[in-house]
Amino acid sequence: MAKTSTDTELAAAVALRAEPAAPQPWRMRLTRLDQRFSPYAYVSPFFLLFIAFGLFPLVYTAWVSLHSVTLQNTDEMKWVGLDNYTRLLHDDRFWNALTNTFTIGVISTVPQLLMALGLAYALDCKVRGSTFWRVSLLMPYATSVAAATIVFAMLFGRDFGLINSFLGLFGFDNVDWESGRWSSQIAISTIVTWRWTGYNALIYLAAMQAVPKDLYEAAEVDGATRWHQFRHVTVPGIWPTIVFTIIISTIGATQLFGEPLLFGGAGGHSGGADHQYQTLGLLLYEQGWFNFQLGRAAATAWTMFLIIIVAVGINALLAARGRSAFTLGRKGKAA
Amino acid sequence: MLKPLKASTWSRVIALLAIVASLVLAALGCGGDESVSGGPETAAAGNEKVTLTVGLFGTFGYKEAGLYDEYMTLHPNITIKETSIEFEQDYYQALQTHLAGGAGLSDIQGIEVARIAEVTQTQADKFVDLRDLGADDLESTFFPWKWGAATSPDGAVVGLGTDTGPLAICYRTDLFKKAGLPTDRDELASMWQTWPDFIEVGKQYAAKAPDDSAFMDSASGYYNAIIGQSETQYYDADGNPIYDTNPAVKDAWDLAVSTIQAGLTAKLKQFDQPWNQAFANGRFATIACPAWMIGYIKGQAGDSGSGKWDVAPIPGGGGNWGGSYLAIPAASEHQQEAYDLIQWLTAPEQQVKMWTQAQHFPSSSTAADDDAVAAATDEYFSNAPVGELFKESADNLTVAILGPKDGVIKDTISNGLLRVDQQGEDPDTAWQKTMDEIASAIG
Repeated sequence: MAKTSTDTELAAAVALRAEPAAPQPWRMRLTRLDQRFSPYAYVSPFFLLFIAFGLFPLVYTAWVSLHSVTLQNTDEMKWVGLDNYTRLLHDDRFWNALTNTFTIGVISTVPQLLMALGLAYALDCKVRGSTFWRVSLLMPYATSVAAATIVFAMLFGRDFGLINSFLGLFGFDNVDWESGRWSSQIAISTIVTWRWTGYNALIYLAAMQAVPKDLYEAAEVDGATRWHQFRHVTVPGIWPTIVFTIIISTIGATQLFGEPLLFGGAGGHSGGADHQYQTLGLLLYEQGWFNFQLGRAAATAWTMFLIIIVAVGINALLAARGRSAFTLGRKGKAA
Repeated sequence: MLKPLKASTWSRVIALLAIVASLVLAALGCGGDESVSGGPETAAAGNEKVTLTVGLFGTFGYKEAGLYDEYMTLHPNITIKETSIEFEQDYYQALQTHLAGGAGLSDIQGIEVARIAEVTQTQADKFVDLRDLGADDLESTFFPWKWGAATSPDGAVVGLGTDTGPLAICYRTDLFKKAGLPTDRDELASMWQTWPDFIEVGKQYAAKAPDDSAFMDSASGYYNAIIGQSETQYYDADGNPIYDTNPAVKDAWDLAVSTIQAGLTAKLKQFDQPWNQAFANGRFATIACPAWMIGYIKGQAGDSGSGKWDVAPIPGGGGNWGGSYLAIPAASEHQQEAYDLIQWLTAPEQQVKMWTQAQHFPSSSTAADDDAVAAATDEYFSNAPVGELFKESADNLTVAILGPKDGVIKDTISNGLLRVDQQGEDPDTAWQKTMDEIASAIG
């Protein structure tokens, strides 16, 4: 059944010699169809699944967000237009959650990526037992969010937490980590940073190993210090990877959910008594699954989606600028 | 003999299979609720092996009291499997999600009293009307208010009552002694006849108590007890929300706030992990104690707490906090068997046992009148006559008007008090914020 290219050429030659109006042999038509449609068939499984579990929920969520509907009676949908959205934009809780998502995102992502970069650079140099270090870097990533968060929540406990007993050694009073705005957000960021630093470090490490060694040698000949090499060879060399991790971390930070939920313990969905660490994900969860207002939850979900697109866009823009800054820097030096 | 296929043919076959498989998957994705249709007609009469699943929250105590084992011995064809979620809010949201999706439901589901009005008013059709299975005969054995709360506007009986939560105060005699207070329950009862009296006793305690112990566990626990003594709470008799105008709510809030201002609370959140740990560590000396709290204290404080606790009457008269129901989702495939089980579990005889062995006070008036209930004493609680105490509280109980969003309102107010308690938020600001949040959550 399969056609090789010589078969096709042969068939084409035959077709040329034949009368133009003569019907094509069925095998040939089959071949044409095959060549034209097989690629679509090959990619279709992904797209069918994507339509069923990606696109359809997305569109349906948009549809739900224009209605007033409760979880108890999902079949009774009342059209309310954009009410859910205007209501959301006038809701202090939404702005609070947005701010929290942003601040937790910044305190968790920025140090995380910087540390990952440093760790990767250190591991890129020759170290003893490099496999051991790499595996240990990945260990936090391999633990479950739930397990890690529950352990951290205990460490950050007010009355009997290990961190407070440690601070107590230096005469500090017990810190009520969970109830303070900054303290709770720092605690949550610690969990995120702990889990993801190693993962990002490994990605950076893989990229660094692809940077040609002769660039370093040339830099060394030019008298560049290690810091200069890092700044002007390594970072520009792995820049596309850095952009990738920034975008992935931004998406992750915007969707942050499990850590604050479990850190809050009983009733964690409200993100603390004052919602001091309620992220957008938790707000959505509370609206939909504790207040049972699915329409509002859907509106929040769509707003989050738009925010992610905007945030990623801004990141990509900044990243492009950052790249040109580095490139300029390099050129400037060479000149 | 088959000719071996060429590699490119193979990949085409695989692609075809993948398409078929994904189409099948997509079709299956929306067909999840077919199992829901199984009605009562599937109920088997004979000795067919049946596994009944029971979904609960917190500690209902049936397993611990050995009632499941007893039932399975009586009915060898029945196997009972219980799953329990500790925190009721999490449990209820899972139940609602399962009801909406029509899947993942147990044959028997527990429902807390603060949620029962919402279920009877908006979801009665998603549960079996127990009258169809013969529940009419049971009505006379239950407290009328307990029975009435589980009846839908159309008269359908949605659940059978398990227990109730008549109120008392549980306190640590060892800590009271250290603070120079009397430890005798009758003497204390006369010292704290009203809530302001209770706060005065608290101040005496705070003056001499060990540094790391507070008089009360939390402000919200006491708030819930105080509002539990009021007939009108968050809804009026016509079903209109009055949480923001009802003086009883504001009074209970103000009392709770004054305990915070007097520095009497351990600043804990109820049912949270640090709160659980605090039982064993003696971080607080008293706790508002619905009957079901007795078992909870034993579980958390452990053996070392035995004999250190006691129970005294609560200021301000009888009230109810908590207590639950068992209901059968319409999706259950073993409705008759499930009914037989809940009917047996909530029958007076078993309710007496649940009180004497697992400290869940009866919701059945027949059981509550049983001599064994009043005669119960508790060694763990310094041999306190818990039967007599809670029986008296139950007899004087004010029956509250329930509303559909009681659970959400109660949780939001508890949260507001926690802000005042833990974060030092101004009480007036906290009250205003709480009212706004409730309006947004239920509106």
